[in-house]
Amino acid sequence: MPIVKIDGREIEVPAGITILQACEMAGVEIPRFCYHERLSIAGNCRMCLVEVKPGPPKPQASCAMPVADKQEIITKSEVVQKARRGVMEFLLINHPLDCPICDQGGECDLQDQAMGYGFDRSRYHENKRAVPDKELGPLVKTSMNRCIQCTRCVRFAAEVAGVEELGATGRGEGMEITTYVRHALTTELAGNLVDICPVGALTSKPYAYEARSWELRKTESIDVFDALGANIRVDARGGQVMRVLPRLNDDVNEEWLGDKSRHAIDGLRYQRLDRPYVRTKGKLVEATWDEAFAAITARLANVEGDKIAAIVGDQCDAESMLALKDLMTALGSPNIDCRQDGAKLEAGPRGSYLFNAGIRGIDQADAILLIGTNPRWESPVLNARLRKRYLSGRCAIASVGPAVDLTYPVERLGAGPATLRDLADGKLGFAEKLKAARNPLIIVGMGALARDDGAAVLALARSLAVVNDDWNGFAVLHTAAARVGGLDLGVVPGERGRDVAGILAGAQSKEIEVVYLLAADEFDTSKLGKAFVIYQGHHGDAGAHRADVILPGAAYAEKPGTYVNMEGRVQQGFRANFPPGDAREDWAILRALSERLGKTLPYDTLDQVRARLVAVNRTFAALEQQSPGAWGEFGTAGAMTDAPFVSPISNYYMTDPISRASKTMAECVASRQHLMAAE
Amino acid sequence: MAMITADPTDVPQVASFAFTPEYMAKVNELIANYPPGRQASAVIGVLDLAQRQQGWLPRVAMNEVARILDMAPIRVYEIATFYTMFQLKPKGRYLLQVCTTTPCWLRGSEAVMKACLEAADGTTFSVQEVECLGGCVNAPVVQINDDFYEDLDEASMKKVLDAFRRGEVPRPGPQVDRQTSAPIGGPTTLKGE
Repeated sequence: MPIVKIDGREIEVPAGITILQACEMAGVEIPRFCYHERLSIAGNCRMCLVEVKPGPPKPQASCAMPVADKQEIITKSEVVQKARRGVMEFLLINHPLDCPICDQGGECDLQDQAMGYGFDRSRYHENKRAVPDKELGPLVKTSMNRCIQCTRCVRFAAEVAGVEELGATGRGEGMEITTYVRHALTTELAGNLVDICPVGALTSKPYAYEARSWELRKTESIDVFDALGANIRVDARGGQVMRVLPRLNDDVNEEWLGDKSRHAIDGLRYQRLDRPYVRTKGKLVEATWDEAFAAITARLANVEGDKIAAIVGDQCDAESMLALKDLMTALGSPNIDCRQDGAKLEAGPRGSYLFNAGIRGIDQADAILLIGTNPRWESPVLNARLRKRYLSGRCAIASVGPAVDLTYPVERLGAGPATLRDLADGKLGFAEKLKAARNPLIIVGMGALARDDGAAVLALARSLAVVNDDWNGFAVLHTAAARVGGLDLGVVPGERGRDVAGILAGAQSKEIEVVYLLAADEFDTSKLGKAFVIYQGHHGDAGAHRADVILPGAAYAEKPGTYVNMEGRVQQGFRANFPPGDAREDWAILRALSERLGKTLPYDTLDQVRARLVAVNRTFAALEQQSPGAWGEFGTAGAMTDAPFVSPISNYYMTDPISRASKTMAECVASRQHLMAAE
Repeated sequence: MAMITADPTDVPQVASFAFTPEYMAKVNELIANYPPGRQASAVIGVLDLAQRQQGWLPRVAMNEVARILDMAPIRVYEIATFYTMFQLKPKGRYLLQVCTTTPCWLRGSEAVMKACLEAADGTTFSVQEVECLGGCVNAPVVQINDDFYEDLDEASMKKVLDAFRRGEVPRPGPQVDRQTSAPIGGPTTLKGE
């Protein structure tokens, strides 16, 4: 490995890295605009100049120059400082002085670096150039005068998002970043353009002029809009969530975030349940907690346990799921289910419902089979990871399921179970590739499992997977953030208990008299028959409309919560702000209700709930860890229908109560429809 | 300073573009110059062919080039807008590229430009001011479509333009008594044995 001397300090660095990376390893900060760790190297901003010996006498762009043995790198000399000051002066020639009204102000790379390298006045007396703003859709606001042409956005769109729709047209002073054809970007990762833009040229449209970065209270949390468990930072001001940004976690979301996760948050302001309601004479009437609990207690008084049922929603935290399960057990009811969509997954073995290889495992896979899934909509960041795997080469990717553009070429083998059967029998060419692969990855989506023959598909998918000491290639791609946590806690029907379909059938045949919905809205609520419905949740969506009693709960940003992502990684989010009005944290509501019902749950604090989590499943003790789940027999071999696999998500932007209430998401839907119509 | 123009809005709508069989044969010839899978390398030549067929490059033509070469359309737009020799707006039948860089300017390119501007009507003639065409020894120089007309002044420029207007093609090269860049009026040295 080459040994280089950086500012007089010798350091051994891996061969093949750039001088900029070597400097980072040595703890020397190099200013940069165009260089980005996860994008290709452009070398066009020239801010990262350093002196290199031996080498040409002029300063070199460190981001684009590889290290060599016995190189001497000087980053702090007068020559370097002067060169960088010169570059900065050129960058500022055409950059407007509108920092006070720029949304990037306070978190702007150019602003920060101008503090270090900027001249205190301008020597440029000519007019600055003017560039027309571009239309990049409802999420990205452009102010192209501010653009310094680093081309990070162009590279992001082409490389990570996989939509070659942005480019740099023209030349010299006439160069501009544009789509050329004036339309929105057809990507679910558009919000990330705002993050990677080092200046204020691309800013967040929904967040425009809403807040300044230094006014915000920043809280680390976990995303619940898909099952990836992306690490996020929730920025709030007063009682309002102003924006959501991704946090860096190479194991999960790298530094990307899907548009829904980032921009559906305005849905947290609308349609909120901020006080309890009780249905009196057919109408929901505002009530106090006391009255709501009294109504429940009265209704439950003479109901036997097996006539009570509970359905758990897709965005619930583990604490509230556990509290609900404990309450149902105390009431003597085995009817509880966290699989709203009817996915044929069981609570064990753990390997049967995890993305066992881990998100990071995608990078090691050398053959990937997608079964009944559209990852682009079910988890756009995971799809970007798949695309990254495709780009690094030598990985065959095939799909059995919906024909969709995933931003990378996929060999589409067929649409339904028959193709899968052929593959298992070795009748298709791709079977050879799977067999030859060292680390084949079988990704099974809910489109393949949430159907009547799901258990048979699961068994067949299991037979395709390769599992050994180093590799578990069986991967379930969940769509619900709560699902893995729910299965870990055994939120599935107990002995002689009913699943969601059974509960609904029971409700219609009056065998189920009371249904407790924990933020569950994603099923046909008209099938609840005449059952007494208790809805605990945060939005006035399908469940609340049907409810007889509404208990206002907290959305994900308003409660500390534990979530288990699709790969089985237990992650905790903190509370960013308080739920509106009388709404409360969900586990606490269940705890209070249990007391009124005379079945007091044995925990009074969050810590005690979390201790109980660990007692129920040791997994919850290991935060942020991921390992393949226990392996065993699962699925039930059996007959399969010919119905093609259909992705459970037909509209990426609206999948849950929060995103359905979001105006931004409605705009995204309209924009996408407009684009589709234009094509 | 004027707004930049890489994204022209004031161009006529062209409904469709397809290469004629003759041009398509040339396109395939160009693509064959590169290894399989590297067909995108032919983009500049193919764009030039499209421009020759159409007279300029409407967006449909760029889209067609992108389709033929299996490239994202934006990558073709980037190239077409980068090179000034690609015309993104309709031009006259003859494009007069008048060099106004120092040597030509010293030798009277202003008068040549005046003659060209008077003739420019947008259908027969269009004028474009260009930087050095590399023919300084024969300054002033005007490039008309693919040919250089050299050693011009206002009168000879008008004569050349009149000839084009009549449908003739005047002889390219020096418009004075001179062979290429040899001395005017014949050899001046090495005349003896």
